[in-house]
This record gives sequence, C-alpha cells and structure tokens, in this order.
Amino acid sequence: MLLDAHPWNNAFTPTKTLLQRLLREINGLCKGYLVLADKISSVAIGQETGAGPDFAGLMFSVRDKGDRAAYGVVFSHFAPRVKAFLMKSGSDAALAEELAQDVMVTVWHKSAQFDPTRASLSTWIFTIARNRRIDYFRRARRPEPEDLDWGASEEPDAADIYQTAEETRRLSAALSTLPEPQRALIERAYYGDLSHSEIAAQTGLPLGTIKSRIRLALERLRQNMN
Amino acid sequence: MAIKHHLTDDLLMAYAAGTLSEAFSLAVATHISLCDDCRATLAAYEAMGGAILDRGDDLAPMSNDALARALARLDMPAPASAQKMPKHPVLPAPLQHYVGTDLSAIKWRKLGMGVRQAILPTNGKGGSARLLHIPAGHAVPAHGHRGMELTLVLKGAFRDEAQQFSRGDIEIATEADEHTPVAMGDEDCICLAVTDAPLRFNALIPRLMQPIFQI
Repeated sequence: MLLDAHPWNNAFTPTKTLLQRLLREINGLCKGYLVLADKISSVAIGQETGAGPDFAGLMFSVRDKGDRAAYGVVFSHFAPRVKAFLMKSGSDAALAEELAQDVMVTVWHKSAQFDPTRASLSTWIFTIARNRRIDYFRRARRPEPEDLDWGASEEPDAADIYQTAEETRRLSAALSTLPEPQRALIERAYYGDLSHSEIAAQTGLPLGTIKSRIRLALERLRQNMN
Repeated sequence: MAIKHHLTDDLLMAYAAGTLSEAFSLAVATHISLCDDCRATLAAYEAMGGAILDRGDDLAPMSNDALARALARLDMPAPASAQKMPKHPVLPAPLQHYVGTDLSAIKWRKLGMGVRQAILPTNGKGGSARLLHIPAGHAVPAHGHRGMELTLVLKGAFRDEAQQFSRGDIEIATEADEHTPVAMGDEDCICLAVTDAPLRFNALIPRLMQPIFQI
C-alpha cells in the first residue's frame, strides 16, 4: 500500500504556512505555553476549529514540573470523554468511571512518553483508553510495534505540534459533517469491543455491506477534509 | 529492501480500534515494526480514534470527587512499563516478548517435510500464532484456509504460486486461497504465521497430524 493511497494522506502533509511560521516564532518567545499561539490561530482559523486549551503546553508542564493545576485542566476535559467512550464500549457507569480514573492516572505517570509532534493529546489518550479496555475486558496482551529510533531528541517544533493537533480537530469537524448512519458506523468500529461481524449482528447488515459503508464513510471524510 | 506486501486498511483500522485478537495484533505490530508506510497509516487510524474521543458530543460526567481521587493516586508508584527490547536482526520487539531474543533457544517441533514450528503463548482467543522454520528449498505442505492466515517473513524469503515474499512482507490469505509456500534461495526461511481458524490441509497425513500440531 502506498502512503499516497491513504485516505488522510493530505492531512499528514505538513504545509508550512505563514501562520505556522508565526506560531513557531511565538513559541520561541513563550516556551512551554502556546496560549498566545492558540489565540492567534483561533482568530486566523475562526469557527472551523475552535481552538481549545493548549494541551501540549499543559502536558509539558505536567511532565517537567509535576503541575497538578495543569493536570486538573486535562483531567476535567478528558475524563468525561473517556468515561463516555468506555460506556459505549459496554461498561456500566460505575466501571467506566473506575477505568477512566485508571486512564487519567496513566496520563500523569506516562506524561514523558507523550510526544505532541506524533499524536495529539486526544489521540494519545484514546490509545491509553483502548489499551485499558483490552486489558480489562479481554485480559489479553496488546502487542505494540517497536519504537522508532528518532535519533537525538530535538526541541519539539511548535509548528509540528500545532499541525498534529489541528489534524485531529479537522478529523473531528469532518466527522461531524458525515451523515448520521455513516458516522455511527465508524464510531461503533472504534467504541465497542466489536469486530465488523459483531457489528453486522447488531445492525442486521451483512458484513460486506458494513465494510463497504465504512469505506464509503472514510472516503467522504477524506473529501470533507480537502 | 523495500517492503512490497502490506497490511490491509481493514486490519490497520481494527488494530487501531483495538478489536483484533492477540495473535492478529502480534502480526500487525510485528509488520509495523518493519514497515514505515503501515506505521504512518496506523497513526492516521489512531488519530481517528482521537477525533471520536475529542468530538465530545456525548460526555459522561465524572462524580464530584473524581479529580480529588485521581490526585490522591498520583503519588503512588507508577506501574512498571514494558521493558525496552534490544534491536534484533530477526525478531522485532513485539515478538521478543513471546520468544525472547535467542533464536537458538526456541523450542521447535517437527511439522513434517523438514518444516518446524513453535507455537507462541497468545491467549488463544480468536486466533493462534506460531513461528515457522522452513529449510531452504523446502515447502510448507499445500493448504487452504477456513479463515484468514497472515504470514510475515522474518528471515529469508518464500514464494508461493504467484508471488514472492521477503523480510517484512506479509501475505494475507483467505478462504479462497490455496497455496504451497516454498523457501527461496539458499537461506532458511523463518515466518510468523497467525490464523483465525484451523488450516485445511490437502494431503491426508498432514490432516491427520493437524490435531497434534494444533494448526
């Protein structure tokens, strides 16, 4: 499979716009916090993204200073999302709350492993929640790929951080524009501990139809992001 | 050498979503360890998971003392994270968790026709995983599949009727496929093979052996 053929390839091609260069310079001035950059980007990009808290900056503060206030902001934003995610995977509310607690405590302990140039904070927390789900419900190991050797660690590039977070925001926005049945299919593939054939049993749709609908939905998503 | 045979989007998405069995996850993780193209595609499918989490049109409020309880747990010792494995010329890190780092210490069992196998200790639900050792020039007995079989080359190369596969290449065989993999050249071939259903052998003897070899 060529990378070119990938549905979101466009989203992963960094475009070094003027805005990003500006952001990088701003980041040089107020290292660690991208608050100002977020303000500028929300003005420049407007309603499309609705820039939220600077999660990368908050996480650097957690990692470097053990900043509990910063952690509280991350917790308040993500814990209810993780809990909702786990409830849709089939947990009852009490269990989902406990597992969400575990996930958010892991976010603290593994803060040094969070690399916002490679994954947005929501993507990283999604992988932690997914792994907790596998561990709890399947009692199975989760084989993970070998880490890439990224060479000498460089100062993370603010433009890269911004680009990565922006991709997740655009994916979210594009998801919202999908017709409900298509969006539900994609979401369900990620929520439940459900294989496609189990989705088929739930929705009454044959497996081939499910797969082609998911493909169609992904294709439409790609178009919406262009 | 560039990898020519890749994972499908279906498998990458299911791995990102966390819905594959342990055995299939092992094959996906091992291929990604060797293939930057599939690693990039996986990152995109994981970003989709992040986007779904991020959309937040459904929030499940936490109890009032949730943050306080989390804060109280932060000072407890962190659970040990997975050990970082050394780089190995044949065994990528995810496999080392199952077989160690010493190829000569692997306990092989004869499978017939010179081919040997070592079954890996996955949890057994939804698929099984094994290493295959095929001596140069030898063939794995011809077989079809009831479900899906992934065969990932770790060392050497093999060819079947139509194509050839080298280190990092993954062959995806389904029920429609029937093949006879043959180790190419003068090097023994080692593969990781995972199946989600018992293989269907054509010759009588291997079929009789099937319950014994668990393949």
